[in-house]
Amino acid sequence: MVAQMIESWNLVIGIEIHAQVNSKSKLFSPSPTDFGSKPNSQVSLIDAAMPGMLPVINKFCIEQAVKSGIGLNAKINKKSIFDRKNYFYQDLPQGYQISQFKDPIVGEGFVEIETENGQKKIGVERLHLEQDAGKSLHDQDPNFTFVDLNRSGIALMEIVSKPDMSSPEEAVEYVRKVRSILRYLGTCDGNMEQGSLRADVNVSVNKPGNELGTRCEIKNLNSFKFIHAAIVYEAKRQIKLIEQGESVNQETRLFNTQSGETRSMRSKEDAHDYRYFPDPDLLPLTLDDDWIKVLQDSIPELPDQIKKRFINEYSLSSYDANIIVSDKATSEYFEDVVKNRNPKLVTTWVTGELFSILNKKNLIIEDSPITSKQLGELVDNIENGKISNRQAKEVLEEMCESGKGALEIIDEKGLSQISDENEIESLVDIVLNSNPENVKKYKNGKDKLFGFFVGEAMKLSKGKANPKIVNDLIKKKLSQ
Amino acid sequence: MKDSYTLKSLATLLENNKISSKELTSEYLKNIERGKELNCYNTVSKEKALIDAEKSDERRKNQNLRSKFDGIPIGIKDLFCTKGVTTTASSKILSNFVPNYESTVTQKCDDAGLISLGKLNCDEFAMGSTNKTSFFGPVMNPWKSVNSNNKLVPGGSSGGSAAAVSGDLCVASLGTDTGGSIRQPASFTGTVGLKPSYGRVSRWGIVAFASSLDQAGPITKTVEDAAIFLDIISGHDEKDSTSSVNPKENYYENLNPDIKGMKIGIPKEFRSDKLPASTQKSWDECADLLKTNGAEILDISLPYTMSALPAYYIIAPAEASSNLARYDGVRYGLRVKGNNLIDMYEKTRSEGFGDEVKRRILIGTYVLSSGYYDAYYIKAQKIRSLIKSDYVEAFKKVDAILTPSTPSTAFEIANEPSDPVQNYLNDIFTVPVNLAGLPGISIPFTNDENNLPIGLQLITNSFEEQKLLNVARNIEKTINYSETPEKWWLK
Repeated sequence: MVAQMIESWNLVIGIEIHAQVNSKSKLFSPSPTDFGSKPNSQVSLIDAAMPGMLPVINKFCIEQAVKSGIGLNAKINKKSIFDRKNYFYQDLPQGYQISQFKDPIVGEGFVEIETENGQKKIGVERLHLEQDAGKSLHDQDPNFTFVDLNRSGIALMEIVSKPDMSSPEEAVEYVRKVRSILRYLGTCDGNMEQGSLRADVNVSVNKPGNELGTRCEIKNLNSFKFIHAAIVYEAKRQIKLIEQGESVNQETRLFNTQSGETRSMRSKEDAHDYRYFPDPDLLPLTLDDDWIKVLQDSIPELPDQIKKRFINEYSLSSYDANIIVSDKATSEYFEDVVKNRNPKLVTTWVTGELFSILNKKNLIIEDSPITSKQLGELVDNIENGKISNRQAKEVLEEMCESGKGALEIIDEKGLSQISDENEIESLVDIVLNSNPENVKKYKNGKDKLFGFFVGEAMKLSKGKANPKIVNDLIKKKLSQ
Repeated sequence: MKDSYTLKSLATLLENNKISSKELTSEYLKNIERGKELNCYNTVSKEKALIDAEKSDERRKNQNLRSKFDGIPIGIKDLFCTKGVTTTASSKILSNFVPNYESTVTQKCDDAGLISLGKLNCDEFAMGSTNKTSFFGPVMNPWKSVNSNNKLVPGGSSGGSAAAVSGDLCVASLGTDTGGSIRQPASFTGTVGLKPSYGRVSRWGIVAFASSLDQAGPITKTVEDAAIFLDIISGHDEKDSTSSVNPKENYYENLNPDIKGMKIGIPKEFRSDKLPASTQKSWDECADLLKTNGAEILDISLPYTMSALPAYYIIAPAEASSNLARYDGVRYGLRVKGNNLIDMYEKTRSEGFGDEVKRRILIGTYVLSSGYYDAYYIKAQKIRSLIKSDYVEAFKKVDAILTPSTPSTAFEIANEPSDPVQNYLNDIFTVPVNLAGLPGISIPFTNDENNLPIGLQLITNSFEEQKLLNVARNIEKTINYSETPEKWWLK
C-alpha cells in the first residue's frame, strides 16, 4: 500500500550530515572531548564564552576536515572563512555558533552508492566545519533547565548533499556510505547512538514531469532506521496533503521515534535571521598545496577502491564485496582470513555464519569472539575435506563458546570426516543392497531418489562421510 | 608629589633607593583617595597593591627584579580581565563579575613587576567618547577652562585612564582604542596616548567591543614612557589568532628623535573650517617644527577619509552586537529573573545595558540582518578596504602623517550634544587609523586660549611603531610640553 501510494510520485531527498570530528580537543579550545564525562567537566574559559576569550583554530580538526573532503572526492578550498551564526539559546554560550557560511573548507564532491538499479552517484554540495552547542537538560528539575557545556565547542563537519536521492533506501545507503568513508579515514567514529553522526533530511514530493515540491526538513535523525522511517512518513504526509488539495508548508520538523511521526517544529516564517558575518576573531583560513598534498598521500585505501580490488583479486560478486567493505574492520578481518585461501568459501563463512553469530550476540566485528586466525583454520579444515560444512558449523559454535581452535574441537568431538573411499564404498553398498525396490525405481527414471540414497549413506556414517565422495560413489554404482 | 614623575624617572628613583615601591604605591593610593571626585577608578585594589609593592621591594632587596620598572604602580582600564579583581567594563551587566583569569596584557605588566592600583573607569563596553556612558558615572577631566568652573569631559572611552595619568592618580595606565578611545582622551587631558598596530598587542582577556578594531595601548606622560610601556605589553600571543607574529622591536632602547630626511604628510581631507583656530595653528606650527628639525613636509590626499566615520559606525556596532550576545544572564554577570528564557534575556539585557550600548547593539543587529547586510555591512567593508589602500598609497610617499587628534578640545560635561551622531564626530580623526589597522599616537602640543590641551596625532604604516615613536619623541623633545592641570579637587 505504502509503496504503491508513493510509487506514482517522485521523492526528492537531500541530506545534511553532522559528523563529529574525531579529535581529542575542541575546534577552538584545548578542552577534551570524551563522551559521557561528568557534566561541565570539559569546559574551558573559551567554551563558556567568558569575557575576552578568543578562539584559536585546532589544526588537527582542519586536517580531519580536509581528509574527509578528499575521501568524498571533493574540492578542497585553499581559502575558507569562519562566520558567526548569531542566535540566543541557553546552551550557546557565545550567543553565536562559529561556522562556515559562504566559504566552506570543502566544496563539491560525490559518493557512489549501490541501488537496485546499480551504481548511483550522489553529489556532495559542501563540507564545512562548525562548533557544536552545549546540551540542555530539561528533566533534572521541575523549574529549571540545566546546561551541560561539555559538548560546547566540539568540532562538527556538516556534509551537505545535493538533492540527488529519490527513495528512503537511497538516503540510507548514502548516509551509510558517508559514514563508512569517514570511519575508514578515522575522521569521525560514526557512532550514531552517541550522536557522533546525525542527519537532517530534506524531503519533497512531486508528480513526474511537474516542478519540484515544497520541502520539509526533518532534524536530528540518529539511526538508519529512523532516517528510513522519517522519510517514508514524511513523503506520505506530503502526498496526502497534496492529494487533499492542500499545500505543503516549508518548515522544520521533528521525528518522534516512539510514534514514527514527524511534527512541525518551526515554519519558514519563524526561521531565525542568523545574521552571519565573518568572525573577526579569526583570520581567513588558508591552506597551502604542499600541506594538502601531504594529507592526500596519507589517505588510506577507501571502500570503493577496496571493493574494486576485492572483485579483481578474489573474484567477489559486487554484492558480497559491498557488504564486506562497508565497514573497515570487516574488510580487514576478511583480508586476514582470505590470504592464501579459497575466497568463495571465506566470503560465505564471513558474511554467512560469522555475521549471523555476531548478529545474534549483538556484537560488532571488532569484538568478535572468533578471531580471523581461528576462522581461517576452520576454513582450512573444510577445504582439505577434514570436516563437512555441517560439521564446520558445529565447530564454529563451539569455538564461539570455548574459544578453542578448530583442530582441537574436531579432535575432541571426533568430528573428522571419513574420506577413505573403501570405507565409504562399503557404506554405500549397505544402503543400495538394503533398498532394492528404490534402486529399481531409480533406474526406471525416478531421479529424485538419488538424494534418498545419499541421505541414508550419510546417516549411516553419522554424518562423517565426505559427501562429495558419497555422491560420486552412488552415482557410479547406480549407473553400472 | 611631583608632577614630573614618569615611568622613566620612577625607575631611577627606585633604582637609587630614593623611594620604595611601597612608599610610591601608598602615595598614589593617597592621590586616588584625594582625587575621588574625579571618579577615575571603578575599583581600587588597595590591599593587593600594597602587598604586591612589598613583594617588589623584597625582589629589589634580593636583586631579582622582574624588570627595570619593577614596583611602579599603574592603573588599568576596567576592560582588562584581572584575576580576582572585579572587571566590569563599566557596565551594570558585569558589575559583579570577578574573573578567575588574567588578560595577556595585564599578565605582561605583572611579569614586568608593575603594580596595579586598580581598575579605571571608562565608557560602558568602551562605547563613547566622553566617559558619560559608564554605569559608575562620568569621569571628570582634571583640566578646567580658565574661563569657567564647569567640569569637562576627559574624553573616552579610556576617560579614567587618561584623567588618572593627567591628575597623577597613576603614572601610566592601560587603555584600549577601537575608534580613538586612547588618543581622544589623551588629547583632552594633555597626555600621550598610543594605539599600536592592529595585532601588535594581544586582545586575549580584554572585554571585546569590536574585535577587528580593538587594540590595547598605553596612556603616559611622555613619549619615552609610551615606548617603555609598549615594550612591556606588546608581542605575539598564540591565544589571539589576530596577534601578529612580526617580531617586536626594542622601542625604548631604539628611540631616536632624529628625523632628518623623513617625509611627513599633511592630509588635505583633515582640513576643515570647523576646526578651532588654535588647533589649526598648532597643526601648522608642528609641521613647521618638523621641517625645521630636518623633515620634508608634503601635502597628501586620503580621499576616503570622510567615509571612515559612517563605515566605522556600521562595522563596530555589527561586531559589538555579536560580541555582547554572551552577556545573557545565563553563566555570569547580572541576571534578572524572568518567566521563561526569553523573558529573562529581555529583562537582564534591558536592565544590564545602558542606552548607548543598546543603541549600538540595535544598529549592529540591523546592519547584519538579511536584506540589509549587503547594503550596510558589505558596503562598509568595501569602504574599509578603500581607506586601507588610501594609506598604503600615502605611505609610499611619506614616513608619517600628522593630523589633529580631535576636532575640539575638551568640552563641558553638561554640553555633551544630545544627538549621538554629533558625539560620534569626536572620533573623526582617529577612526580611519583603526579601520586601516595602523599605529597612531596623540601627543600634547600646547594649550589653547582656555588653557586646555591640544593634541596632535601622528600615524605611520603598520608595525612601524618605532618610527612613530621617533617622530613623536622629536616633537616632544623640541616643545617640551610641561603644562599640568591645577588640582582643583584638592581644595
